[in-house]
Amino acid sequence: MTHIPFADQPHEDHHPTSFVAKYVWSQDHKVIAVQYSIIAIFVGVVALVLSAFMRLQLGFPDTFSFINPNSYLQFMTLHGMIMVVYLLTALLLGGFGNYLIPLMVGTRDMVFPYLNMLSVWFYFVSVLVLLASFFVPGGPTGAGWTLYPPQTILPGTPGHEWGIILMLASLAIFIVAFTMGGLNYVTTILQARTHGMTLMRMPLTLWGIFTASMMGLLAFPALLVSAVMMALDLLAGTSFFMPKLVSLGDSLDYSGGSPLLFQHLFWFFGHPEVYIVALPAFGMVSDVLATHARKNIFGYRMMVWAIVIIGGLSFLVWAHHMYVSGMNLAFGFFFATTTLIIAVPTALKVYNWTLTLWQGNIRLNSPMLFAIGFVFTFIHGGLSGLFLGNVIVDVPLADTFFVVAHFHMVMGVSTVMVLFAAIYHWYPLVTGRLLHEGMAKLHFWLTFLGAYAVFLPMHYLGFLGVPRRYFAMGDTLFLPQSAHTLNAAITVFALVLMVVQVVFIVNLIWSLRHGPKAGHNPWGATSLEWQTPDVPPAHGNWGARLPVVHRWAYDYSVPGAVQDFLPQNMPDEEVERLAPDTDSAVESKS
Amino acid sequence: MNPFRKIMEKPWDPSAEESAMALAIGPGTQYAGQRLMLHIFLVIVSVVFLLMFATFITHSQFPGFQPLAGEPWSPFANTTALWLNTLWLALSSLAMHVALIRLRHDAATQALWAMLLAAFLAAAFVLAQFSLWRTVSGMGYALHGNPANSYFYLLTAVHALHLLGGLFVLVRAIWLLWRGAETARMQTSLSLSTTYWHYLLVLWALVFFLLTRSPETYRAIAVFCGLG
Repeated sequence: MTHIPFADQPHEDHHPTSFVAKYVWSQDHKVIAVQYSIIAIFVGVVALVLSAFMRLQLGFPDTFSFINPNSYLQFMTLHGMIMVVYLLTALLLGGFGNYLIPLMVGTRDMVFPYLNMLSVWFYFVSVLVLLASFFVPGGPTGAGWTLYPPQTILPGTPGHEWGIILMLASLAIFIVAFTMGGLNYVTTILQARTHGMTLMRMPLTLWGIFTASMMGLLAFPALLVSAVMMALDLLAGTSFFMPKLVSLGDSLDYSGGSPLLFQHLFWFFGHPEVYIVALPAFGMVSDVLATHARKNIFGYRMMVWAIVIIGGLSFLVWAHHMYVSGMNLAFGFFFATTTLIIAVPTALKVYNWTLTLWQGNIRLNSPMLFAIGFVFTFIHGGLSGLFLGNVIVDVPLADTFFVVAHFHMVMGVSTVMVLFAAIYHWYPLVTGRLLHEGMAKLHFWLTFLGAYAVFLPMHYLGFLGVPRRYFAMGDTLFLPQSAHTLNAAITVFALVLMVVQVVFIVNLIWSLRHGPKAGHNPWGATSLEWQTPDVPPAHGNWGARLPVVHRWAYDYSVPGAVQDFLPQNMPDEEVERLAPDTDSAVESKS
Repeated sequence: MNPFRKIMEKPWDPSAEESAMALAIGPGTQYAGQRLMLHIFLVIVSVVFLLMFATFITHSQFPGFQPLAGEPWSPFANTTALWLNTLWLALSSLAMHVALIRLRHDAATQALWAMLLAAFLAAAFVLAQFSLWRTVSGMGYALHGNPANSYFYLLTAVHALHLLGGLFVLVRAIWLLWRGAETARMQTSLSLSTTYWHYLLVLWALVFFLLTRSPETYRAIAVFCGLG
């Protein structure tokens, strides 16, 4: 049996010939990446507006008639689910994964372009189904993004009829989309790397995306199984998760189900999901830091292992989300221990990022500012995670604003910081133009300080015992007036923070036409995606011949080399060396 | 290069032996990519079933769980129908294997007949499973009656859906071979389909095993897995 290597596949196979084939039903990974990104950013903006509504109610209770207890819960549910699944997962893996994988491994496209195209369209349908729930009787589900039964499907919970069905259907479609994409990402990285690109020469971005994709492929089935079983409980009257219970005075037909089983299934997906989002961000920020500090990443091999170990361990910590669920206490001890263990490789990464910056030739441009901002916010969110990972500290803090502050810092703000760093870093490659640096820096400072203004006070509210997910605090005696004042201030800061994002959107659109031309490799980066013959890369990426890789992705400021950086495809013969006496002169001087 | 040396590579050192050997490593073949994708997909399907099995065993330890086997009046006290269904699937798997061997010997017509037989037997299995549903339902074991019933319908339905997906691919392959597609290309397709068919047979055997155990066996499995 003869088989055709990927490298020799005629890439004209799916060469676009019409507008529709080029921009709509496109099989080009770069177009698909942009499609993923646009849909994700759009739905992310929807979720952002929903959070504004929630903040308006919390800061200024009962001022806005369109926000009632039901709609508040619906806004909260949709905000959480969209941000975690439909924005972050889709943008990091569907957007950046699609764009960067083939370019960074030095191939022409994904291994299965048609499947890749199906993936983005399934994702689009899942978003449509989810948004359709705003227009069905009863509106979207208000069960909270964790969708815990039995309340999710019982009368009294908003959207218990149509909203929850659409949510479950949308999740199932999303998982199908993710599986089609994820299979492509993993197979392309393992099978289509160009000559010389060993696994240990890959940029950390690829390691992050690869590990996260593998995790997603193994974790999303838990969500699929729980969604299918819950749908059967709702539609067919089965009792997978529904115990015998009385609702609104009526004894229901359910019996023998276990709500706790759903929680285990949900968090078996839910905790790895945190790292499905975080690991690509870890990888991308490593590359941004190294490039703009003109230094090789500190402890590359250690960083790779940390990514892989975090990925593995993340499947063993799920029940730290369930300390107050009434589960066996011995479980609590086990999961607290594994949670503390996972902090070790994570802390190691933070040290290595910091040591990469140490004595680097740091360029404080917008990608670098956001990358440094990530290190700050991630340390902050990580430390509060250590609080909540311990059973004895978690119990009094469970379901307070401390939890909201923690997960927004670690999963929201820090990941968004990387997303912005990545967009500012790779925008010139995608569009051929640089973004306006003044607007970018303004965007950074207002976002960074704004995020702290919003989420830092929430820790304090949590210590006071302010509960999360409550529509109104009412005349709660244990809450001082200062807590209400603080809530109003947080709302004002949050609204300002949202408005500031207009600067970013304007910059993205304005720079498409008016930004300075980026030229070839404007940052002086070593990795392959910057070494394409055309900028932006043309269809097929590499012209007639695929690149050949001669070195790893971090040859910045190499001792003895004249060049500031050595691209991965530069052979040793092309490296200009300093004269030996210059070398020793430099050494004696230092 | 063995896996240990792969992960111990020092990519920053251009003089290292691994760096010199790296150029020898290039892109894989289309077939290798398809095979890898199928294997990862099978791992995903295994995770789906493993999770359902785990929740099944957990449920089996709750009060009120009434297994479908173990008592003389239980629907699976007599497993003849299940064995018969298993026979259809096993023969289908065998036919797929024969088809692959014949195609490797360039006997396209014989391969085509074997593939047709495999598709027919697989369809027979799905119909027989549906008939089993009707029988069990007719005995008063409805989908919503007890979690044990619900798992029976759920597990068999998800398994049948995977088989129907495979049938779709197989029918397409039969059509292509019928139209005289290149034998080498069809070998690739049939080789992957055969792996999928064998996998579904093993999966069915596990479902069969799980559905027909007694409460004591469920208890033992639960204790062994730490779920009891």
